Amino acid sequence: MITRSTINFPSMGWKNPFLGLERMVQQMDLLTKTLHGMPEMRLFPSSVFPAVNITEDNDKYYVRAELPGIKADEIDLQVNGRNLAISGERKIQSEGGNTRYHRREREAGKFSRVIGLPDDIDSDSVDAKMVNGVLSVVISKTEASKPKQIIVK
Amino acid sequence: MAESKELQVKEKQELAAPAEQTRSGLIFTPEVDIFETDYEITLLADMPGVAADDVSIDLRDGVLTLSGDVKPWDNSEESDVLVEFEIGKYYRQFTLADVIDQNKIEAKIEDGVIRLTLPKAEKAVPRRIKVSTG
Repeated sequence: MITRSTINFPSMGWKNPFLGLERMVQQMDLLTKTLHGMPEMRLFPSSVFPAVNITEDNDKYYVRAELPGIKADEIDLQVNGRNLAISGERKIQSEGGNTRYHRREREAGKFSRVIGLPDDIDSDSVDAKMVNGVLSVVISKTEASKPKQIIVK
Repeated sequence: MAESKELQVKEKQELAAPAEQTRSGLIFTPEVDIFETDYEITLLADMPGVAADDVSIDLRDGVLTLSGDVKPWDNSEESDVLVEFEIGKYYRQFTLADVIDQNKIEAKIEDGVIRLTLPKAEKAVPRRIKVSTG
């Protein structure tokens, strides 16, 4: 329905005053859907170094962290109750005199993080391995924490 | 005594891939330190999860290509509790201004850090030219 506004200019004003707004809402929905598919948008960046991935199966927890350039004996790993504490320091060796740096992107420094696991764990059976700069810790759950299958009669 | 600073989490930088891969997966750019002395250029790259067999270094036409494959862990049985970083290959390219003696390139990988030593060719080594008076 074409109307004439006060300045004599034909407009579609009465049909649907919210048309422009609806179109914007649709575009925002489309944007969030696309962003949800992108891998990096699903992650909530942690504020403490190192970033860890924790996975579990019925018997164990698996904790992995990327710690390049750190040797196995430079990591301090402790288990206390349900918490796993990882700390250490990354050092970058100095390269001697007369070097001109083109880029410096790698960082050095201390790190310390305590990770709370959701269930009770067996602190006697913790196995930690450091391979190629990736720390993998396998922690067994206590018997009480393992899921029990209930048979339905 | 100076306290060394605390490390902060840096999100892994994903590469906006110019060419599509044949297999799906993420590609990240590794963090590098590059420095040179009079005789060589050294590159240090952080590539955790990459073993010595999975690194490929290519130098042609003055372009250095560094890539590393990361074996995905086999966690089909595991369910995620907390995921803070993704796993993917590493890839980075550099153009080199200096001429490199290709026969003397050395590469070493240790604890997920690769150290690449590129000796400069004879003609690229800076020489001091003595200026005589008279």
